[in-house]
Amino acid sequence: MRVHSMFRVSLCAAVLIGAVSLRAPAAPPPPDAPPVILIQNATVLTVTKGTIEHGSVLIKDGKIAEVGAGVKAPSGAQVIDGTGMFVTPGIIDCHSHIAVDGSVNEGSISVSSIANIAEVLDSDDISIYRDLAGGVTTANVLHGSANSIGGQTIVIKLRWGQPAAKLPFEGAMPGIKFALGENPKRSNFSIPGREKRYPASRMGVEETIRAAFTEARDYKNAWDAYNKKVAAGEKNLIPPRRDLRLDPLVEVLEGKRYVHSHCYREDEILMLLRVAKEFGFKVRTLQHVLEGYKVADEIAAAGTGASTFSDWWAYKVEAYDAIPYNAAIMTRRGVLVSINSDDAEEATHLNQEAAKTMHYGGLTHDEALKLVTINPAIQLGIDKRVGSIEVGKDADLVIYNHDPLSAYAVVQKTLIDGRVYFDRQKDIAARADLEKEKKALLEKEKKSSKKDDKKDADAKKPSDKPAEKKPDATKPEEKKKPEDMPMMPSADAATNMSSVTGGAR
Amino acid sequence: MKAHLSRLCVLSLLAAILFVAQLPQVAAQGGEPQYFAIRGAKVVPVSGPPMEDATVVVARGVILAVGGKDVAIPADAWVIEGKGLTVYPGLFDGLTDVGIPSASPAQGEGGPRGGGGTPTAKGPEDRPGATPWRTAANEVSLGDKRIESWRNAGFTTVVSSPKGGFFPGQAAVLDLAGERSGDLVVKAPVAIPISLNPSGGFGSGFPDSKMGVLGYVHQVWLDLDWSSKAGAIYEKNPRGISRPRYDRVETALAGALEDHALVLIPANSALELRRALVLVDRWKIPGAIVGAQMAYEVADELAAKKLPILVSLKWPEAEKDADPDDVPSLRDLRFRDKAPSSPAALAKAGVKFAFTSDGIASPAEIVKAVKKSVDAGLAPDAALRALTLSPAEIFGVADRTGSIEKGKIANLVVTDGDLFGEKTKIKMIFVDGKRFEIREPDRPKDPPKGDMTGKWTLKYTTPEGDEETTVDLTMAPDGTLSGTTTGKRGTATIITGYASAEKFSFTINMPIQGNNEDVIFTGTFEKDTMKGSIAVLSFSIDFTGTRPPATAGSISLGGVQ
Repeated sequence: MRVHSMFRVSLCAAVLIGAVSLRAPAAPPPPDAPPVILIQNATVLTVTKGTIEHGSVLIKDGKIAEVGAGVKAPSGAQVIDGTGMFVTPGIIDCHSHIAVDGSVNEGSISVSSIANIAEVLDSDDISIYRDLAGGVTTANVLHGSANSIGGQTIVIKLRWGQPAAKLPFEGAMPGIKFALGENPKRSNFSIPGREKRYPASRMGVEETIRAAFTEARDYKNAWDAYNKKVAAGEKNLIPPRRDLRLDPLVEVLEGKRYVHSHCYREDEILMLLRVAKEFGFKVRTLQHVLEGYKVADEIAAAGTGASTFSDWWAYKVEAYDAIPYNAAIMTRRGVLVSINSDDAEEATHLNQEAAKTMHYGGLTHDEALKLVTINPAIQLGIDKRVGSIEVGKDADLVIYNHDPLSAYAVVQKTLIDGRVYFDRQKDIAARADLEKEKKALLEKEKKSSKKDDKKDADAKKPSDKPAEKKPDATKPEEKKKPEDMPMMPSADAATNMSSVTGGAR
Repeated sequence: MKAHLSRLCVLSLLAAILFVAQLPQVAAQGGEPQYFAIRGAKVVPVSGPPMEDATVVVARGVILAVGGKDVAIPADAWVIEGKGLTVYPGLFDGLTDVGIPSASPAQGEGGPRGGGGTPTAKGPEDRPGATPWRTAANEVSLGDKRIESWRNAGFTTVVSSPKGGFFPGQAAVLDLAGERSGDLVVKAPVAIPISLNPSGGFGSGFPDSKMGVLGYVHQVWLDLDWSSKAGAIYEKNPRGISRPRYDRVETALAGALEDHALVLIPANSALELRRALVLVDRWKIPGAIVGAQMAYEVADELAAKKLPILVSLKWPEAEKDADPDDVPSLRDLRFRDKAPSSPAALAKAGVKFAFTSDGIASPAEIVKAVKKSVDAGLAPDAALRALTLSPAEIFGVADRTGSIEKGKIANLVVTDGDLFGEKTKIKMIFVDGKRFEIREPDRPKDPPKGDMTGKWTLKYTTPEGDEETTVDLTMAPDGTLSGTTTGKRGTATIITGYASAEKFSFTINMPIQGNNEDVIFTGTFEKDTMKGSIAVLSFSIDFTGTRPPATAGSISLGGVQ
C-alpha cells in the first residue's frame, strides 16, 4: 500500500518540477535558478570536516557557499529551520539499475560493450523518486551482469522531473560493467532448448575478457598506425572500420573509462586484477566483492575500490562465503569501501545499510557514513563535486529528522544542486489531490465507454476499441523490471523471466 | 477578378484539350468511361478554401479542372450530379502494411533471429532482423483484401511497408486500385521504417535489449558511411588494398537514402520522442517520427527540430478484459486521457504531421480515431489536412496527390456530408480516376442474439490433422464483426463479418499455397459456443468453437505498479 501512495505522489512532483524545468534556460538568470537557501540550527555531518552542532549551511547558485555555526541569512534567502534535524551530504549509490528504459542486460552476447546505459536513461522511472525519498542524490547506473564484459555505464543525479538528458552527472567519468563468475557463465540462467552461450566456466570468463582486450589492442594499433600515416601526408588510405564494441574498450586501455566489475569469489577477483595488470588498465571498483575480505590486501595494493553489500549472502553458491564484516575488514586493510544497493528498494535505506558496519566490524560513526557518501564519490571520481559538506561543493544534501545511522531516521528533504527535489511534507500534502484526480479519470473512462454503449443500442461492446494491445502506445505500462517486483531479485528466486533478465546480483 | 477567373478556366480547358490529345486512346476497362464530372457538389480541395456548388472534372486518371459552374465539362464525360455531396481528396494513411502480404519465413541472415535453423546473431555484423532490400513496391499484392476495405473507408492512398525486424524494408506510396500490382505504386521508395524494440526476448540472440538495438542501429549507419568511403577509395586503386566486403543491408539502405527516403523512427512517450530527436542528429539521416501520442508534453521541442511526424491513431485505451482489481496507474490514466490531444498540440506548435493507422485492424475505426483528436481540440480542417495533403508533403508526393488541384492524380472521396459527421456515409471513391461505389454488404438485418466479443477457440480437422485457431472477435452494436484470427498458419485480420440473430459469418484473407485466398467462416452461435463450417478454395471443413468464460481474477504480482 505504501508503495502505491508513493507512486501517486511522485507523479505530482514530476508535473510540478517538470512544469518549471521544461522552459529552456535562455538568458541569464535562468527561470529555474536555484534559490538562496539557508539551513539553520541543524546538526551538520560534513563527513570530511567533522560534525557541527547547531550549524548552518548556506546554499547559493546550487553550491555550498558557507558552512558553520554562525552563518547569517542573506536578505531574500529561503530559511529552512533545522532544529533537531541532521544534515548530511546526499547519499551516493555506487551500484544501481534504476532509470533504465528496457532491459538492463544485453544478455545475448558475452561482450556487450556496444550497449550503452546512457542512451536508455528513463527519467520517468518512479524508482528515481523513491530513492530520492531515501536520501540518494547520485547513482552509478550499471548494465546488468549477464556478460563477462557488459555495457557502458553512467553516473546520474536523481533530478526527478527533468528530462533524461538532464540526469547525467556532468563531467563524471563514464564506466563499463564487467562481471565474473556464475552470472556471465550463465550457471543459473540457462534456458532449456536454447543454445548455450560461451563461456560456461570461470576459465572461459577470463579468456573472454582477454580475447576482447587483445582485439581492442589490435584495433587501437590499427587506428594509431592509420593516424600516423595520415599525419605523414599519405593519401587514399582506407581508415579502419569503427567498431562500437571496441571503442569503449580502447577507452579503458587509455584510462578514459572506469571498469566496475561484478565479482564474488577471491580467485576470480585476483584473476581480474592480474588480467588488468597485463593489459595495463586499472579496475576502478569491484562490485559486490563478497569474498573481498579474503584478498583485501591485494585489492588495496592494486588501488582498486570495493563496493559491497552490508549483509546479503547465500542467495547462490558463489555467495556462500560472504560475511557481514566484509566492509569493515576491507576498510581496516586499507581498501576504499562503499556500500551499494543493486536494487531500487535497497537504495531507499542505504544509510541503515551503512550503519550495520558499526555493529559488524566496529567501524566508527563517521567511517560508516563515509561508506555511502565520500567513499563512493571517490570511487566514481566525483569527490571534488559531491560526497561531503564543504564550501564550493554541489549542494546535494539530505535533511533527516534523526541521526541518519539511526533506525528512526526519516528523510525530510533531499536537495540536488541547491534545489529541493523531495519534500516529505509536500509529498504527504499532495496525496489527496492525486487520489482525486485518479478517481476522476477512472470515472471519465467509465462514462465514455458507457455512453458509447447507450448510443449504439443493446450490444455491450463499443466498436471503436482496437483489439490488440500495442506495446509502443502503452509504454508506461510495460515496466516489469526486477525492481518493480515485490521481492529482491536474487538469482535463485528467479523463476520468471523478468528476474532472469535482471541478472543483477 | 471575374475576368481573371474566366481566363483561368479557358486556359485550363485549353490545357485539358491538349493534355487529352497527347494521350493514346485506351479502351476503358470494366465499361466505365475515363471522364467524369462531378457537378454542383461541395468541394474541399484542402489546398484552398472549400467551394460550394463546384465542379470537378476527372480525365484519364488526373484532375482536369476544379472550379465553379463555368468549368467546361467535356462532352463525353459521365456527369455525376453532386447536389448534397462533398468531394474531398482521397484519404492518405501515413504508414501501414496494407497491400503487403505478411512476411515470408526466415531467409538467410536477415530472417528472424534464431528461427528456421539460422544461427543466432552474435552481433551487429550478423545483421539480425534486417531485410531492407524488401520493398513495398515489389511486394505489393492485389490479393490483399485490405486494399478494398481501406478504399471503402475513403483511403485512396497509403504509405505501405514490409513488416518485421529492425530494418523491415522500404516503404512506397501506393494508390489503392489497379489492374496489376505495379499500377498501385505512386512513388518508391519514400521511407525506411525502423524498429527499436527488441522482439525476440531474452536468449533470442543479439540484440535482446533496447540499448543493444540502439548500438546495432548506430553501427549500421556507421558501417554505411565507412563502406561508401572505403568503396570509393578501393575503386580508384584496388591494387594492394584488401577488398571492402559487399553487404546487402548497407547497399539497400544506402540506395534508399540516395532516393531521399525518410528514416521513420518509432517514438511514442515523451522520453522516446526526446530520444528520437537525439538519434536523428547522431545518425545524420533525414528522419521522421512515428507514434507521438505523448506529443502534448513535448510539442515545442518537436517543433524546434522541424521533423515531420506521423501520429499513431491507435490511441492507448484500457486493456480489454482487464482484471477489474488491477487499477491502472495515474500515469497511464493521464496518458489515455490526453493522447488524442497530441495532434492539437502539434498543430498549435506548428509541427508538420500526418496520421497513421498503425495497425488498426478495421479501417472504419481510422476516421473515428481522427474524430477523437478533433474532439480533443484539433481543428477539423487541420485533421483533414493531416489525412490528405500533409502526408503527401511529408513523403514528397504533394506535387501529384493529396489535394484537389488541377493536374493532380484524381484521388477523391465523395461523401454525403461532413467527413467527420457521425451519420456521414461515403458514396463513392476515385482512385487514379477510377470510380468505386461503396457496396453495402448484403446481409440479414436482424439484431444479433448476444455479444460475440471475446476470444474464441475454434477446433477443426484438416487433411493434415487436428488444428486450432484463436479468433479474437469484436462485435459492434449493429452486429458488424471485426478482429483477428491466429493459428499455426499465421495471423489474419477479419475483412468483413457480421452476426445476425444466431447466425454469423466472417471472412479472412490469407496466403494459401502461394496465393491470397478468402477463408469464410459461417455458422451459428449460442452464448459461449459456436459451430459451423470453414470454406476455403473448394473445400469446406466443419468446426466447433468455444469461448472461455471471463477470467476470474488473474494472478497479479503484488500491488506494486
